[in-house]
Amino acid sequence: MSTLTQTSTEHAAAAKNVALRRNRWASSRTYISAAIIVIWCLLPFYWMVVTAFRDVGYTFDPTPFFTHVTLDNFATAFSSEMGNHLDRALLNSLFISGVTTVVALLFGIFAAYALARLNFRGKFLVLGLILGASMFPGVAIVTPLFQLFTNINWVGTYQAMIIPNISFVLPLTVYTLTSFFREMPWELEEAARIDGCTAGQAFRKVIMPLAAPAVFTTAILAFIAAWNEYLIASILSNDATQTVTVAIASFAGSQPHQEPYTAVMAAGTVVTIPLVVLVLIFQRKIVSGLTAGAVK
Amino acid sequence: MSAQAGPDAKHGSANSARGGNKGIKEVGADRKEKTQGRSATLLIVPTMVVLAVVILYPVINAIIMSLEHDQGLDPVTGTFVAGGFAGLSNYAHWLFQQCTDPSGATVSCPPGTLGAQFWGATGVTFFFTVVTVFFETILGFWMALIMARAFRGRSVLRAAVLVPWAIPTAVTAKLWFFIFAFDGIVNTVLNTSILWTGSEGPARAAIIIADVWKTTPFMALLILAGLQMIPADIYEAAKVDGASTWQRFKLITLPLVKPALMVAILFRVLDALRMYDLPAIMTGGANGTTTLSILVVNQIRIGFNSAAALSTITFLIIFIVAFIFVRFLGANAVESASGGAKGKIK
Amino acid sequence: MPKKISRMLLPVATAATFALLLSACSGGSGGGGGGGGGAATENLDGRGPITYVQGKDNSDVVRPLIEKWNAAHPDEKVTFKEQSDNADQQHDDLVKNFQAKNVDYDVASVDVIWTAEFAAQGWLQPLKDTMAVSTEGMLPATVKTGTYRDVLYTLPQTSDGGMLYYRKDLVPTPPKTWDEMMSMCPIAKEKGIDCYAGQFAQYEGLTVNVAEAINSQGGTIVGSDGKATVNSAEAKAGLGNLVEAYKSGNIPKQALTYQEEQGRQSFEDGKLMFLRNWPYVYNLAKTDGSSTVKDTFGIAPLPGKDGPGASTLGGHNLGVSVYSKNKATAKDFLAFMTSEETQKFYSTQGSLAPVLESLYTDPTLVEKLPYLPVLLTSIQNAVPRPVTPFYPAVTQAIQQNSFAALQGTKTVDQALTDMEAAINTTVSK
Repeated sequence: MSTLTQTSTEHAAAAKNVALRRNRWASSRTYISAAIIVIWCLLPFYWMVVTAFRDVGYTFDPTPFFTHVTLDNFATAFSSEMGNHLDRALLNSLFISGVTTVVALLFGIFAAYALARLNFRGKFLVLGLILGASMFPGVAIVTPLFQLFTNINWVGTYQAMIIPNISFVLPLTVYTLTSFFREMPWELEEAARIDGCTAGQAFRKVIMPLAAPAVFTTAILAFIAAWNEYLIASILSNDATQTVTVAIASFAGSQPHQEPYTAVMAAGTVVTIPLVVLVLIFQRKIVSGLTAGAVK
Repeated sequence: MSAQAGPDAKHGSANSARGGNKGIKEVGADRKEKTQGRSATLLIVPTMVVLAVVILYPVINAIIMSLEHDQGLDPVTGTFVAGGFAGLSNYAHWLFQQCTDPSGATVSCPPGTLGAQFWGATGVTFFFTVVTVFFETILGFWMALIMARAFRGRSVLRAAVLVPWAIPTAVTAKLWFFIFAFDGIVNTVLNTSILWTGSEGPARAAIIIADVWKTTPFMALLILAGLQMIPADIYEAAKVDGASTWQRFKLITLPLVKPALMVAILFRVLDALRMYDLPAIMTGGANGTTTLSILVVNQIRIGFNSAAALSTITFLIIFIVAFIFVRFLGANAVESASGGAKGKIK
Repeated sequence: MPKKISRMLLPVATAATFALLLSACSGGSGGGGGGGGGAATENLDGRGPITYVQGKDNSDVVRPLIEKWNAAHPDEKVTFKEQSDNADQQHDDLVKNFQAKNVDYDVASVDVIWTAEFAAQGWLQPLKDTMAVSTEGMLPATVKTGTYRDVLYTLPQTSDGGMLYYRKDLVPTPPKTWDEMMSMCPIAKEKGIDCYAGQFAQYEGLTVNVAEAINSQGGTIVGSDGKATVNSAEAKAGLGNLVEAYKSGNIPKQALTYQEEQGRQSFEDGKLMFLRNWPYVYNLAKTDGSSTVKDTFGIAPLPGKDGPGASTLGGHNLGVSVYSKNKATAKDFLAFMTSEETQKFYSTQGSLAPVLESLYTDPTLVEKLPYLPVLLTSIQNAVPRPVTPFYPAVTQAIQQNSFAALQGTKTVDQALTDMEAAINTTVSK
């Protein structure tokens, strides 16, 4: 294991040197591409932030840089006097998405290991059923689910949102992990078992580190999907368990018919930033988990 | 239930027989399969139970309901009464656009009814799916390739790429609605006066741009994870052998990243076929942007039984697409698509 | 071998059985179907805590009112359930809870266009006999929005009507009729601005505007039997007016993308001479930092055929759920929420128009909301949107066909023929 890491880091370092010496053009090309991507991804976000900081009396002013700057919209987004409980909603979303991600990953790893690694009949059927869960229009699932949860008195509870969320992210989780597990060097696991590890130990100590990029990517995707879930939360949450998407959608202008664009953009900014920070933390993990594999 | 299990079971065993050389292996393999089957069951049960509660139950519920007529109005009391057993007529309503006129005769659904929009919505949904997934794949691959390179400031790039995906869809849709307003920022900056949400071409373009912007990061992240799983020494070996950049991309990157890529495309296709938020908020389905999901939502407000039939039809359409995808395009997570390639290079 | 298969399929079978059990327990009940039935005669004298359901309360009107009520009724406390600000979401939330026979949705704020649907579903307690409430002094048009088949189901609480905003620096006297307004359009052209806009994007606002155009010419959309009456000469004149104005450029082409806010923006930017909109624009156009028309705009009733046009009614009514356990309390709460004092509070605190006619001339209110006298004319001439249990389908038929007529892909005749056919196939299901 450690020798593998060492050699590939050496390889990577050598490759880096060669690249640097041979081709400055390639690196500037990388920077140009990166710049284009950053601009494409951030330009609409920039406009969102500009709007978020703009006086509500100038909502429709199309000046493309910061004018009439104010923090009022953020105050509105958190104003409990206007019935906007974004702070509480943030905690709810964090909790719901966190639990969803952990459970979905756990179940997903179990299932993916079985699908990728074990021989059993009906594999194709199981995969088909799991995929089938991503085929029914979400809007049509809500009504029966609402009735079911009403019958068992679950409306407004966290589990009423967490369980559907898990089911929405599970298919992707299982498929992604299965396809990555297929590509793992399982010989290593077998070697570890010959060295006296149990199946569980071998999986944890040998396979999981190698699968880190796939697992963390899946975690990020699952977390964001749960964070952004709206349909179920809008029907099954109550005032105390409201998520951020529901809280934002319920914003209203100061007058009937008035669209609260600036407050929505302020809230959008507020909920996006913790997410990106969280992912950056994850990313460090990925990068360190990765030195073994992919630095080119 | 047993009727369902029959053909499926056959399918399963046929698959594993085809799946490999296991059939030729001796008795020991069979015993191994037996014990593995037991652990596999244990490992898969949690996933299946969750999916059963949240997906299978509503789906079965919807199918049962789709076999009943929508409630009708009792002309005397003015209250709604249950519609009774409908057989497959709710399905015929959508597929053949059959409506009932005041005299009780079956007529072709007039423009302005939801029934008249089924095939149009199907076409629009496929159009959006093909175009958005195409651009998202190309752009996502490109982004992933750049992100995989080692350079200073790479974390800035990775954070930036995540932003569009991280913003809640409802906010994104409002943002783009705002951006594409007639007096909005796009027309101001470009000094144009395009009716972005007022006619078919621009309205579709606006939705596609918004969707590609929002979802490409999803694609890029999955492809990036696939790229990161490729051992660096394969590239080194290829370089030593004098393979060009293009050859390395075609012979190493592409085949090795294919499983991840296929899973990403498959799930994007399934999601795009159910697209709702962006067109619903940006255009409300006007100007040829009504997708199947928008039609389902509108129909739920009018009659739930017809909506259940439409949901089931949508499900079948998506099922067929997914089946073709898995069967003929190799988006099969079970069969290792790259096994060959790996072997070849080593 | 069969044994093996069954074991392999165990997870699937477990899941499927589980699902079947679940669906067997609750049955296929999503459709509702005349749910109310006997519930309408139960709990009529029940007293105790209730819940009031309404959309977003961001002007802080409802919360203080409920505090006041609770202080006076310690044994019949009201809990406030706040919904989203989006009308569709409020509708869907109410439908889901009524379908589930939720006893915790006692009193609900019902948009004027939902009364017929909810009443026909049997979800609303008829406000008659022991549940009868007073509508004395309320504007007749608003009471009509709460009435289905001659029975009052929802009690009007707030109202809303269309008004014409105009630039008094350009046209000193506002037009009284549609033709007069069109004849003023050259003035706008001279100034290089657009003449007239309302809400012509394909959404609920288009139904409002088309209904106003048709009603103003004396046409109707749906008759008392629920069948379409829209294929008439009057309706043709009404829709024809809009289509012609659009073709001639009196309505600018971008108006096809306008909802309320885009039209307001254009008007505040000084790019539009006439705007059909709701009263909310008044305060914003006076105070918005970006408004260029703060002192140069006026308001007038909508222009009609020979005099004031027929506005469409907005606003909300209050309904009592048939599933409520405490209907006597609910009835008292209705009276409290529609009292003169409460309505005044709604108007001053939340800028919502009252339904009591006398308040429109109340000096303190008029000082705060100067548009009230004009709005009164609007509402006195108002026609409710089609009162039909099939409203969601009817509004689809209106929107799609009139949008096609505006775009020019259909003639006015064809649009109205299709509209009639579409409405009739829906109601005869």
